[in-house]
Amino acid sequence: MSKQTKFPMGIDSKKISGELFTLTYGALVAELLRDLESPLAVNRQLDKMGYNIGLRLADDLLAKNSQIQRCTDMHQVADVLAKVALRSYLGVTAQVSNWNARNDEFSLVLESNPLAEFVEVPPELAQDLRYSQILCGTIRGALEMMHMEVQTFIVQEHSQSVEIRVKFIRILEESVPPGDD
Amino acid sequence: KQLFIQGNAETRLEALGYRIGFVLVEKIAKDLPRLITELERMKFLCKEFWTAVFGRQVDNLRTNHQGIYVVQDNKFFILTSFPEGKQYVEESAIYLAFPCGIIRGALYNLGITSLVTSSVENVPAVKFHVHMQQKS
Repeated sequence: MSKQTKFPMGIDSKKISGELFTLTYGALVAELLRDLESPLAVNRQLDKMGYNIGLRLADDLLAKNSQIQRCTDMHQVADVLAKVALRSYLGVTAQVSNWNARNDEFSLVLESNPLAEFVEVPPELAQDLRYSQILCGTIRGALEMMHMEVQTFIVQEHSQSVEIRVKFIRILEESVPPGDD
Repeated sequence: KQLFIQGNAETRLEALGYRIGFVLVEKIAKDLPRLITELERMKFLCKEFWTAVFGRQVDNLRTNHQGIYVVQDNKFFILTSFPEGKQYVEESAIYLAFPCGIIRGALYNLGITSLVTSSVENVPAVKFHVHMQQKS
């Protein structure tokens, strides 16, 4: 390889591996749709996959972002999710909004949805399919690792934005397995 | 019966990768000058495509000039979270079906019909074997 090929444009390696991610996710959803044949079953499966990802991702996030402190209320949790977690893994930040009166329920609004960057959900599926359901599962799984049980669901989803509702249920008690001090 | 139609996990992962490689290579190659020879296309795969998709250049590209290429990546990104050494060589095979598909899809869209297989001797080094299929 003696001669260097000339690039008309610089290739941004970070951005393109993001494309690999987006395309891979798209292929995954398409494959699930073919397999399960019901959009609702696909939502469930995506949620489950996300949950399993979240359980692992929580460790990774805390290992790489040592500035994250222990959260004492849901406002702090929401901030970490919106500003740190989504930024590290998806490269976007979310708006936190619509707090309820008891301060245990909020919405994460992603203005741009990197998962759906090249995607157009066909109209006959748009009603039932929650394309970005995996995000809900991931948030739920990650917070479970932090001993918080939450409910997550997608309130609305357009091609470019997605609103995720997160509701705090309870704190999971630390349980030490018997005979394990 | 269902299983027979859809194939096993490995072929399905490969098929997924194929679609993705097919699309990705268009995005990466769209501003490059036309690649004429087979070797140019393989070099493109190993440099630009590999860097853009797998995050680094390949370490070694060899060919017997009869349609077989061996692409070696000593630190393949999928296997970097595996412990190094020979312990998980067998388990790593299923993880490589997907990138094999990506490579085959990318080459197909560059005009090369091929068969891509992988072999691992020592995690995380991977050799991808590309067998060109003669056009009839």
